[in-house]
Amino acid sequence: MIPSPLTRALDRNARIFLIVLAVIAVAVPLSNLLLPPSSPLHVPTYVVSLFGKYVCYALLALSIDLIWGYCGILSLGHGAFFALGGYAMGMYLMRQIGTRGVYAHPILPDFMVFLNWKELPVYWYGFDSFAYAILMVLLVPGALAFVFGWFAFRSRVTGVYLSIITQAMTFALMLAFFRNNFGFGGNNGLTDFKDILGFNVQAQGTRVALFAISVAALALGFLICRWVVTSKFGKVLVAIRDAESRTRFLGYRVESYKLLVFTLSACMAGVAGALYVPQVGIINPGEFAPANSIEAVIWVAVGGRGTLVGAVLGAVLVNYGKTFFTTGLLAPYWLFVLGGLFVAVTLFMPRGIVGSWQHWRQNRRERADAASADADAAPAPRPAE
Amino acid sequence: MTVFHKMALALLLLVAAICATPAARAQSLEPALSRLAADTFNDTEAAINAIAASGDPAAADIITAIAEGRLLVDPATRKVYVRTAAGVLQDAASGQPIAGEAPAGLKAVRLNNRVRRAIEAAMGELTLLSRDPGRRLEAARAVFKSRDSGALATIEAALAKETEPAVKQALAEARAAIVLNKADASEEDKLEAIATLRGRGDQDALALLSGVPSDAPPAVHNAAQSAISAVQSRLALWETIQNAWYGLSLGSVLLLAAIGLAITFGVMGVINMAHGEMVMLGAYTTFVVQELIRAYNPGLFDYSLAIAIPLAFAVAGLVGIAIERSVIRFLYGRPLETLLATWGISLILQQAVRTAFGPTNREVGAPSWMSGSFDVGLLSITYNRLWIIVFTLAVFALLLALLRFTRLGLEMRAVTQNRQMAAAVGIRTSRIDAMTFGLGSGIAGIAGVALSQIDNVSPNLGQSYIIDSFMVVVFGGVGNLWGTLVGAFTLGIANKFLEPFAGAVLGKILILVLIILFIQKRPRGLFAPKGRAVEA
Repeated sequence: MIPSPLTRALDRNARIFLIVLAVIAVAVPLSNLLLPPSSPLHVPTYVVSLFGKYVCYALLALSIDLIWGYCGILSLGHGAFFALGGYAMGMYLMRQIGTRGVYAHPILPDFMVFLNWKELPVYWYGFDSFAYAILMVLLVPGALAFVFGWFAFRSRVTGVYLSIITQAMTFALMLAFFRNNFGFGGNNGLTDFKDILGFNVQAQGTRVALFAISVAALALGFLICRWVVTSKFGKVLVAIRDAESRTRFLGYRVESYKLLVFTLSACMAGVAGALYVPQVGIINPGEFAPANSIEAVIWVAVGGRGTLVGAVLGAVLVNYGKTFFTTGLLAPYWLFVLGGLFVAVTLFMPRGIVGSWQHWRQNRRERADAASADADAAPAPRPAE
Repeated sequence: MTVFHKMALALLLLVAAICATPAARAQSLEPALSRLAADTFNDTEAAINAIAASGDPAAADIITAIAEGRLLVDPATRKVYVRTAAGVLQDAASGQPIAGEAPAGLKAVRLNNRVRRAIEAAMGELTLLSRDPGRRLEAARAVFKSRDSGALATIEAALAKETEPAVKQALAEARAAIVLNKADASEEDKLEAIATLRGRGDQDALALLSGVPSDAPPAVHNAAQSAISAVQSRLALWETIQNAWYGLSLGSVLLLAAIGLAITFGVMGVINMAHGEMVMLGAYTTFVVQELIRAYNPGLFDYSLAIAIPLAFAVAGLVGIAIERSVIRFLYGRPLETLLATWGISLILQQAVRTAFGPTNREVGAPSWMSGSFDVGLLSITYNRLWIIVFTLAVFALLLALLRFTRLGLEMRAVTQNRQMAAAVGIRTSRIDAMTFGLGSGIAGIAGVALSQIDNVSPNLGQSYIIDSFMVVVFGGVGNLWGTLVGAFTLGIANKFLEPFAGAVLGKILILVLIILFIQKRPRGLFAPKGRAVEA
């Protein structure tokens, strides 16, 4: 019997991971809302928001792992898609402020009144509708990725060159968004949000709900990635990663495959950004900084590229480490740790945490198989790596 | 007039000059000084004009004293004193220091804007006739700016006996500025003035010419119009030249920052994200050298950059070799991993410098031969920019020579072209790798010495150059130093020509977008390597 796509996508590890996510999505909100603060199992709201942030980063890491781990496209500009999704959500949230802003203008956000603008720019139209904003969260990063990828992949810009021009892309966007007359709040970005879909963004219930939604989005993103990489499409992606020219000579249109997966990945990054903004309460051009994008790549490298679960784990672990280090006495040493992590992971653990673990387990199983085979016959030569 | 007569006249003038002793001169100043004692603004103004007209050599000192509040009046005796800059009290009329106690109740002559204007004009007139050509030139320029019609007579007098061409030119321009603004000047004078201003041909001349009223006589008006368009086209030409110069300057900075990367990335293929930090290390080396010189031997300060250059090369080069030996050599053939590892190294280096020197900008001084500027036409060229262009080209030429003519260069090229074959003929390839990386890093360090002169020396210095440097190398074509040169200057000049239309930030964004599009068209840069090695 041919397994259905869903059972194929959900191997044992994936099922365990999804169950863990489901437990977190249910247990954390319940503990926050139902248990009294004195209880040792109570999760304070600020921790919920903090981990909500990590979950968004995890979704971003997942989107990077999809293209880097399975298709060999190292994007150093994925933070741009994340930030664009965030800006789309931020624009919706700005329009929701309405007359509660400092200048109490019914339509224009505060920074436009401050800049003496008389009318809402055309590209801000429609962002008072949540559905439209969600559409833009997917469309804007997707469209940018499509156009960028269309040019880049068709002219066979690969490897390091692609990495460098993606970095240039996010750098150019950062410079653009820093401009006041670009219409996105310039240096200060978008902030001072009041409510989302009528719920106060500061309220405990909203924060907890956003956390649960983020976990759900992460689970959905994980499912989509699993589905992609276990499908025939995914096999071609891996083939492109390992031998691009050979795949092309076999008759596959490499650029189309790359373009599709790059666009999908950008949409996921956009969603991650959109969930991130209401939880941290601000989006500014600093999110476009090339350093952020490179940092996101290291999350994936730490967790293990090409493992999906590893990307999530890496994002949460590195960011938890960052919070731990930068809030204490050790703050000045965080960059040493992060820099050391970059070097150590690439030198000593190129497979990442999850990758190394899988490798170790596979080796052990092979040894066990070989040992049982020994009983029957002479030892077979080990296959070369 | 016979020769004898001339000689007699000269003699007479000489005698008159000798006779003009201080006491005799004091006579001519006396009435003006007594008006000063009244200390009303009208009297002060009249007195200043009288002093200026007296031709007394002390006149300039007295007027300067008024301007600086050092001219004191004793209301009781109505005597006037000058307190010199050194603080000695002198009698204004005789210029002799007064004996004994200073009289009580001295007060300074008051100033208002009208008096200040009078002082300015008077000083202009006095200095127009000064013996020092530099002061005359300065004064003529001041009159050109003030267009004070009262100075016309003095200007014409000065013009008649001026011999220095530069001063004469300035005086003629000053006269033209006054004449053009004067309602009762004759048509010929005005036409001549317009011609003079047309020859000057800068923004000030344009402003003056545009001030010619449209009801002026048709000849004057037409001349003014044609002069305006001539000046405008001249200004446009100079603006183009200026943009090109700024572009060359920016291009040299880009080239300087990218040239080391052209070795590590271009020749070796190592994606060195820590390249910017090598530049930063060079800049901090300069800072340390200057601090040491300030502390131990301030006289050497003008040589600080020359001392810093080899040291910066050594520091950055050694750090580069250490990085290559400890990290990069394990990652050859894995460019994306190299990228991540070197990014990590860049974070560590930044934080190390921040810990050692603090997060704030450090002051790196400029030696005297690098400060100041000179004018070429309407273009002002600062020495530090000029030196950086010269320095960049020198570094570039040295590097080319090193690759072309030395044994190390030969071995480097051999290893890049065919590693196995190079190893087979006995080249120690791993040593060459380390040396090449060290060379690239060292050159980045040298770049840091130069960039410390025009940029803030902070731990983030390298970050601001890394993306630009990669753009230059990729744009110019990897593995080709000439490509880097052309790429840097093309980007620099393109950026400066876009700036007037698009603004600085938008210009930079446009350049980035153009490069991204360009790479689509020519993925291997302007001067792409040809042949089989391309796909490797």
